Formats: sequence, C-alpha cells, structure tokens
Amino acid sequence: MAKTVLLIEDEPNIREAIRFILSREGWNVETHSDGQTAFERTKEVRPDVVILDVMLPNRSGYEILQDLRGFTETETLPILMLTARGQTKDRELAERFGASRFMTKPFSNTEVLESVRELVGS
Amino acid sequence: MTSHVLVGSRIRDRRSALGIKQSDLARDVGISPSYLNLIEHNRRRIAGKLLSDLARALGVEVALLSEGVEAQLLVSLRDAASMQSIETEAVELDRLEEFVGRFPGWASLLAGRHKNGVALEQTVEALTDRLSHDPILSEALHEVLSKVTSIRSTSSILAQSDEIDPQWQRRFQTNLFEDAELLSKGAQALVSYLDGAQEGGVVATSAQEELDGFWARHDYYLPLLETPYAGDEQIEQLIAGCGFGLPASRIMLNRQLQEYLEDARALPEISLVTVAEQLEWDPLKLANRFKVSMLQVMRRLACIPEVVTKQPIGRVTCDGTGGVTFRKEMDSFAIPQFGATCPLWPLYQAMTRPGTPVRTFIFQSGRAKQNLTAYAYAEQKYPEGFDGAPVLEAQMIVFPANGVQDETVSEVGANCRICARRACVARREPSILSDAF
Repeated sequence: MAKTVLLIEDEPNIREAIRFILSREGWNVETHSDGQTAFERTKEVRPDVVILDVMLPNRSGYEILQDLRGFTETETLPILMLTARGQTKDRELAERFGASRFMTKPFSNTEVLESVRELVGS
Repeated sequence: MTSHVLVGSRIRDRRSALGIKQSDLARDVGISPSYLNLIEHNRRRIAGKLLSDLARALGVEVALLSEGVEAQLLVSLRDAASMQSIETEAVELDRLEEFVGRFPGWASLLAGRHKNGVALEQTVEALTDRLSHDPILSEALHEVLSKVTSIRSTSSILAQSDEIDPQWQRRFQTNLFEDAELLSKGAQALVSYLDGAQEGGVVATSAQEELDGFWARHDYYLPLLETPYAGDEQIEQLIAGCGFGLPASRIMLNRQLQEYLEDARALPEISLVTVAEQLEWDPLKLANRFKVSMLQVMRRLACIPEVVTKQPIGRVTCDGTGGVTFRKEMDSFAIPQFGATCPLWPLYQAMTRPGTPVRTFIFQSGRAKQNLTAYAYAEQKYPEGFDGAPVLEAQMIVFPANGVQDETVSEVGANCRICARRACVARREPSILSDAF
C-alpha cells in the first residue's frame, strides 16, 4: 500500500512541484495551504510524513508543529519543516518544537525526495 | 587594600604631582606636617571639613578623593581594559590606582568615553537586530526565496524528466512563467527598498510617513491651492499625483489639503505677509487682525516659502496624545521622525492650557546654537457636541529670534534618546550620547 505524505505549503507552484515528484515516486500526496485545516486533516489522515512550511496563513508552521507534538497519535510523526529563512534561530525553533528535519528554501527536488524517504526509513 | 586607605595615597600622589611640599599643604589646611604625613601614609582616616580643605588645596573635587567615585572609576577602567584589543599594547593594570589618583580628570574622561562606547555598541547591535527582523525585508526575502524554490523545483522536473505528460508539461511551463514574472517584481521591490535604506531615505511604512514625505517634496507650499480659483479639482489633482501606496494616507492627505485651501482663502499670502511684517510675525496679533484662529495663522505662516518670509519657519502639530501629526523641520530645530519628542517643548506647555497662547525663547541642544522664538497654542474642540469626546490639537511654530538675551532662552532637546542634555528633570529614557538620566 502506498504511503501518504501530507504537504502543507501555501505557495501553489511549490505545492504542485513537490506533489508531482512525490506522486511519481509512488506516494499518495495530500496537499493543504491553510494551517488550521491541515492540522485537523493530519489527525484524521494519519500520514506517514508531514511536510510543513513555516510561513502559512492563519497559523504558523511552528504552532502547528507544537500542536502536533502535543497529541499522542502525532507525537512521533516524521515532520519535515520547510522555510525560506535560513537563520540559526529558525533552525533552533524547529528543533525545540520537535521537527524531525529542517530544510531551507531553495531546496532541490532530490533533497526533498531523499529526506522523505529517510524519514519513513524506506 | 580597602578604598578609604587609597584616600591618603591619592592625596600624596596629587600633592607630589603638583609639586607642593608636604609642609606647605599642611599649613594651608591648618594641620601639622607630621599629621599630614600620617594621613598620606593611610594611617589616619579623614573626612568632612579636613577632606574638603585638602581637596580644595589640591584643586580637585572632594568626590574625586572619596571612596565611591574612585571605586566606580576603577571598575569602569578595569572593564575598559578587559575589552582591550589584543593588537594594542597592554595597559598597565598594576598602576591603575595610581593613574586614577593622580589624574582623576583624565581617568573620568576615559571611563566616560568607555561607557559611551559600550552604549553605542549596544545601540548598533540593537539596530542590526532590528534590520534583521525588519518585517518588510523579511517578507520581501521570503517572497523571492519562495519563487526561486518554485522555479528550481519546476524547472528541474521539466529538465530531468524524459517522459512527461504534455498536459503537465504545459502546466509547469505556465507555472515557470508566472513565477519568473513574480520573481522579477519581487527582486525589483527588494532592490528599491534596499536602495531607499542605503541612501538614508526613509521608506514609508505608515500613512504619517507618506504624508511627511508629501509635504517635504512640495516644500510645504502648494501654488496650485494659492489661486482664487483653487478648489476640489486642484485637490483631486494633487491627490492623484501623490503616489501614496496606503489608502489611509490619501484620506488623511485630503483632510490636510482641504484645511490648506481654507487657510489660503482666509489668509491670502500677500496680505498675510504684509501685515505679518508690520506686526513682527506675532501670530496672536495676526489672528486678531484677520479674525481667524491662532492655529490657522500658525499653519499658514509655516507654509509660506522662506524666500517670501525671509526667515525659516518650522512647525509641529500634535494631537491629544502628544503624537506628532505634522512636522516641518528647520536647520536649527529637529523634529524626530520616530518616537516621542522632547517634553520641554512649549508645545506641551500649551497642551496643558488649551486656549492660552504660549511664547518662549528656546534653543535646541545638539544643533548649531540658534535662539528661536516659539509660539505654541492648543485648542480643544467638541466635534460631537456637548456630550461628545473632546479633541485636542496643539501647534507650535518656531523661527529665529535675533537679539534675544541668552539668559531668557531655555534649552530643549529633540528626543531623549539622542539628547545629551544633563540633569534634565523631564528625561523619560537614557540617552545614547551620555550617561545622563
């Protein structure tokens, strides 16, 4: 059975590109642009990996990350954080709030693919 | 060694440095040379009158011989030494007490400079931090990086995929085109913003800043509204060409332009200047003569070009919160763009007594000293009638005061943060230019 990635990213063309490369590799990809909806869906869908952008409308990626880590069912869920900032503080925040991995934009498709594969151990 | 012990050593060092004999100094302060010898060898503690007599005889402040000042100086200079660059020659820390005792003035100056240096470094750090957290810059960079990411991902799909569905291909090509367009705009906006910052220009981020920029660009004078035929059409023309990005700025500008038009109609330029010269530019007399409000006269005087008034006239207007709503600076009178202004300005005296005209002679510290006449006036209005909230507006105009005696002139600042004025009872926060608070 294909594994599921939940992608939370507000930039439509980035969303489409990541969706394409992951789908091509056999992943089920569900995408969201709004933080609050994505949080609810994560609990319902139980994806294998979450790719989470930091800057989102309504709720920041850090807030969603904190909330996800607060629920038993998503406590250990692999989460890859994406951000356009590359500052040390952002990385520290992501680590403190429990991100499994942190990736700075602009990243390559290969980097995304490899990270997702590594996060689910496949 | 306890600090009181240092007093004797310092007296000895100071006396030796001045070349005064022990017997002469003893006689001068009315003690025996042997007793002074005991003091200088720190075998007698002194205070009170004898200490002050010795300080006077040695030409130093008592405080410089006392424990507190020296201890503070020593701490400050040790701190300065600890921050010394390794490239420079090592300071003689073992002779620090001797240095402070013998050259208290120099030591105090050095400690003061060190303290200022540290404060300025902290300011630079704070500004750097602010720049790195500038919301406009952060947003612009985020936009650019997001577009670059999207272009990179999409182009690599197109370049590295041998077989790709034609429909997807077209879609990605469209995405690429859109992103390239947005990236171009984002990059241009970023460059414009950085250019503005580099040139020292202030990028308007609020309606008030846009309004300030408008008036400064027009030199506070609008020939279009000075003709007898000026009206709404000319106001619309000015608003159309204002280039404001914020809708609120246009609304506020419209209000100010309507006010300008009313002022110009009530106080035509040539009549006003002719009478102003006769009445020595006194806004209260002018208000009485023209039967208009003092605020109106002040606004009008400040907008007439310097070539006509033959003197610069500055103006500052604030609302009931003290927040500046209009600023026209002069070389000798700065009005801060951000933060609170100086609470000593006559503007704020007027605010406490609405309806009472205030005239004061001032000069602003930190600028080339120019005595100024400041006229201030505040008016409380009730736009909603008896039961409505009061709305306060205060205004001050300043222009050069020639021939005014210095004794009658009060010193004011611009903003506490950049004001080095010492012993200011109205200071609200420390200055980056001195340790005054």
